[in-house]
Amino acid sequence: MSIALGCSLEPAIPFAFVHELIRQRRRELEVIGPISDIAFDMLIGAGCVRRVTAAWIGNVSAGLAHCYRRAMEHGVPNRIEVRDHTNFTLAQALLAGALGAPYLPTRTIIGSDIARANPTFVPSTSPFDGTPLLLVPAITPDLTVLAVQRADGDGNAHLWGPWGVAQEAALAAGAVVILADQVVARDVIASDPNRTIVPGTKVVAVVEAPGACHPSPLQGRYARDHEFFHEYHRATRTAEGFAGWLADWVDGTPDHAAYLARLGERWPALRLTGTPAAEARF
Amino acid sequence: MAPVDVSPGEVMVAQAAREIQDGERVFVGMRLPLIAFVVAKRTHAPNAVGLFELGIVRDQPARELLYTMGDPPNVAGAVWCARTIDLMGLLQRGDVDAGFIGGAEIDRHGNLNTTVIGEDRKNPSVQLPGSGGGADIASLAHRLIVIMAHDRRRLRERVDFITSPGYGDGPGWRDRVGFPRGGPAVLITTLGVFRFVGGEAVLRSYHTHSSVADIREQTGWELRVADDVHQTEPPSADVLAIVREYDPEGFWTRRGE
Repeated sequence: MSIALGCSLEPAIPFAFVHELIRQRRRELEVIGPISDIAFDMLIGAGCVRRVTAAWIGNVSAGLAHCYRRAMEHGVPNRIEVRDHTNFTLAQALLAGALGAPYLPTRTIIGSDIARANPTFVPSTSPFDGTPLLLVPAITPDLTVLAVQRADGDGNAHLWGPWGVAQEAALAAGAVVILADQVVARDVIASDPNRTIVPGTKVVAVVEAPGACHPSPLQGRYARDHEFFHEYHRATRTAEGFAGWLADWVDGTPDHAAYLARLGERWPALRLTGTPAAEARF
Repeated sequence: MAPVDVSPGEVMVAQAAREIQDGERVFVGMRLPLIAFVVAKRTHAPNAVGLFELGIVRDQPARELLYTMGDPPNVAGAVWCARTIDLMGLLQRGDVDAGFIGGAEIDRHGNLNTTVIGEDRKNPSVQLPGSGGGADIASLAHRLIVIMAHDRRRLRERVDFITSPGYGDGPGWRDRVGFPRGGPAVLITTLGVFRFVGGEAVLRSYHTHSSVADIREQTGWELRVADDVHQTEPPSADVLAIVREYDPEGFWTRRGE
């Protein structure tokens, strides 16, 4: 099964969903996303992943991704396949998927080893002017998981802050799951339809999951827990260290509410109130 | 007099800020370039505009130190919050003047590796994070500004994998492969500053804590030195004050790059 997540890049990563994939011992996943800031690293370390389609896998403010390194360098816990992308090519692949197009042409990375390392790319030339192009085939995830500030019960979802590749990933997917910080009445969504990232017609499930993105931030709701990323970096240098981290934070917490409770005082300290946008009258 | 106790990171930030011209549209990136954008905006380039690949455009720097470009303070007060494809579209069209990137390895032609150490992509000796948007910026910005740590293992005759292309094997290569523009203009390291002349890095200045001899020792290719090689201008007291106000703990400026 292929799952796109972490599609807003560094913010709004649905870690609650990642943790639950690990708790349920899901295996043989293809994970798709541009940056993922330790989410893919955890899934790889926990043995959930067969293939990664991504532009960057690491820990943005701390450094390299230890589980990804162990998998690639030593086959621990298992060998994985990597399809190297850039942020642009991944955005184009998902946009092609969203448009129902077989591919999109690009001028990026035509001289990069990435263009050769990823066997799905096809070098070509423009039929109009003969200039070199790279054809980026569509990616159509089985499932895209988005974390948002609010959604109604039908899955019409408001996301503010950077959208990254989230809209393309949702529209390209066979199905979308929404983790909403808050489930609201339809009228709230309909009062500001320009803020809707995906219509409910694409959505198969809406979960009210407050704090679902911790330790990544959610605009106007909570800040990034920088130190948590740095603690993860230190704790997961060895496979044993990672096993201990998982036992503490994922398998040691039966659900996301228990995970937030385990954070103690550190969770309320991250809360943001934000500032209101100017009124737009529809 | 230059202030004492200036870190290599602070020298690099000051130099990186000088690379931003007033009014330019710049792909900022993270770490030291982010602070360079703050310095440039508050000194000689008040009309520069910062673009962030996850979908943010700012005409004023964020008010707080950023650990990632997606931190909430980088969205608050932005003039545009959109999609990655929108920002990358600006880049591909040629609407972005300059972009910053870093790397684990670089060669004399400015080709950068952030993917893998080792000859075989499938069996790396060290797995690095990958491109992110770096290869896109290197491919499509009008001008590339590279910032990285300097030692022989990083400045190599050949890199193991070209993630972000510079000038390939030399002059004319970018045109031949079909890039519409661009290429590295400058390489700022922890030891000195190189400019690219005829598709090749030439040492132009050494930082106060370094020398041409140190740089030759720490460079994995036969060093070319400009006739007018000189000491890198140290950061002024005003610039240092801006840097230290923005990053008081030295989270980015004291760790090197």
